[in-house]
Amino acid sequence: MAELVIPSLLQTLYMVFFSTVFSILIGFPLGILLVITEKGNIWEKPILNNVLNSIINLLRSFPFLILMILLFPLSKLIIGKTIGTTATIVPLSIAAAPFVARVMESSLKEVDRGVIELSLSMGATTPQIITRVLIPEALPSIILGITLTIINIIGYSAMAGSIGGGGLGDLAIRFGLYRFQTNVMVIAVIIIIILVQSVQFVGNTISAKLNKK
Amino acid sequence: MIQIQNLSKDYISNNNILTAVKNVNLHIKKGEIFGIIGLSGAGKSTLIRCINRLEEPTQGKIFIDGVDITSLDKKSLRLMRKEIGMIFQHFNLLSQKTVYENIAFPLKLESKNRNEIDKRVNELLNYVDLSDKKDSYPSQLSGGQKQRVAIARSIANSPKILLSDEGTSALDPKTTKSILSLLNKIRNELGITIVMITHQMEVVKEICDRVAIMEDGEVVESNTVENIFKEPKTKTAKSFIDSISSSVEEEIINPNDFKGKLIRLSFLGDSAKKPIVSWIIKNFNIDINILSGNINKLQLSNVGHLILELIGDEDEINRALHYLEDNENVHVEVI
Repeated sequence: MAELVIPSLLQTLYMVFFSTVFSILIGFPLGILLVITEKGNIWEKPILNNVLNSIINLLRSFPFLILMILLFPLSKLIIGKTIGTTATIVPLSIAAAPFVARVMESSLKEVDRGVIELSLSMGATTPQIITRVLIPEALPSIILGITLTIINIIGYSAMAGSIGGGGLGDLAIRFGLYRFQTNVMVIAVIIIIILVQSVQFVGNTISAKLNKK
Repeated sequence: MIQIQNLSKDYISNNNILTAVKNVNLHIKKGEIFGIIGLSGAGKSTLIRCINRLEEPTQGKIFIDGVDITSLDKKSLRLMRKEIGMIFQHFNLLSQKTVYENIAFPLKLESKNRNEIDKRVNELLNYVDLSDKKDSYPSQLSGGQKQRVAIARSIANSPKILLSDEGTSALDPKTTKSILSLLNKIRNELGITIVMITHQMEVVKEICDRVAIMEDGEVVESNTVENIFKEPKTKTAKSFIDSISSSVEEEIINPNDFKGKLIRLSFLGDSAKKPIVSWIIKNFNIDINILSGNINKLQLSNVGHLILELIGDEDEINRALHYLEDNENVHVEVI
């Protein structure tokens, strides 16, 4: 059993880790842009804001599996193949990025309007406000957002596994569903549950520790 | 120092124009504490925010030391803002930063070096009497302490002007006093010009040199605090003064209920300490009935009010009134 489960677990961790990193790299700047280009904010750009909103909504409307299939050519371009754990990171990251953008947007919007006004009154530049006020003030909430993202990606990765990505989701379907080895499926699901619980626990703990409010 | 000329600010929403500030003209002198008082919605907050252009004026000019700040581009405006500190009703401290880091914030924006920042922050912590709280977070402080941090932060870059947007409105009366005396100390020792908006006449009375009274976006009256207390011209000014005097409301006193002549005496400065009523009784053959009275202690002097009923011979009363009017700093009004 262990020789089945451990490689799958490692594949899942690998997929989730890199997809999280890349989706944050894409989604976080988008989230910041969504906030600062909004009407009345520090870098008001209504048209850009509308365009961003539409793109993010569009990407979020796609059912994940369909988006993944649509993104196969992109995987091929970047990784060189469409099947396999590494290839899955591309669609996973792109599917999760708009989600990250929305989560970051809502975290950054929690920052008190007053402290932004204060920074403006002190002659802070827009980049200074973003890096020294918006992000540090929203950090505990951003950590919770990242937690949410990781858990979401764990869910996506299980689905991605079934169309060639490997990992625990793939294991559960191959053995549990197709070969009627229910015990493998149960163990795979239990491991996913433990994973989700641990991520949430760690995220909550870090966020609470950081929060001085 | 600050010259506001024909300043107006309109807000446009759904084709409705709301004029928050209407054609305001003010001249604020260097080193003075200038109050702007008004009820909520009077436009005072918009007005003070125009001074550092947190609000863009629709019309008019604001000169600071001769520079028209309404014509500055973004970059020059940012530099100008560094010379204008600001404190707020809700303090606006960075909640995730310690007291020390909050005060260091404007210095770090300037990318000053570590030692310089450390020296200045400790100096400021000492100045606002919070050295023992330097590693605390804002959530661990009382309202008064939070405002002290905000004040220290606002003067960190040694600005020329300090704007206070309802800086004491969220504080209890005792804390308000201590914050006001800190502001006074800053003006006296550092020579910073302070512009404060408030809806509390106590604040104006306690600390301001001059005051502008705003109503519906306009400055309806502007004068030294003494003169406003002595002879308020508008109804709004009177009602602000009444809001802090414990005297019987004048409306309650109906002249028809009294046989004698009713007068309202206002004293300013030293005359408030003179036994004027006693002199009149001794010098003229009339009786005096005191209906109400109060004294307000202002920053530099006192203003007193008395409502008197003068009973006696008409000629004698008129002579007494002439005598009163001859006294400097006494204002007589027959009700």
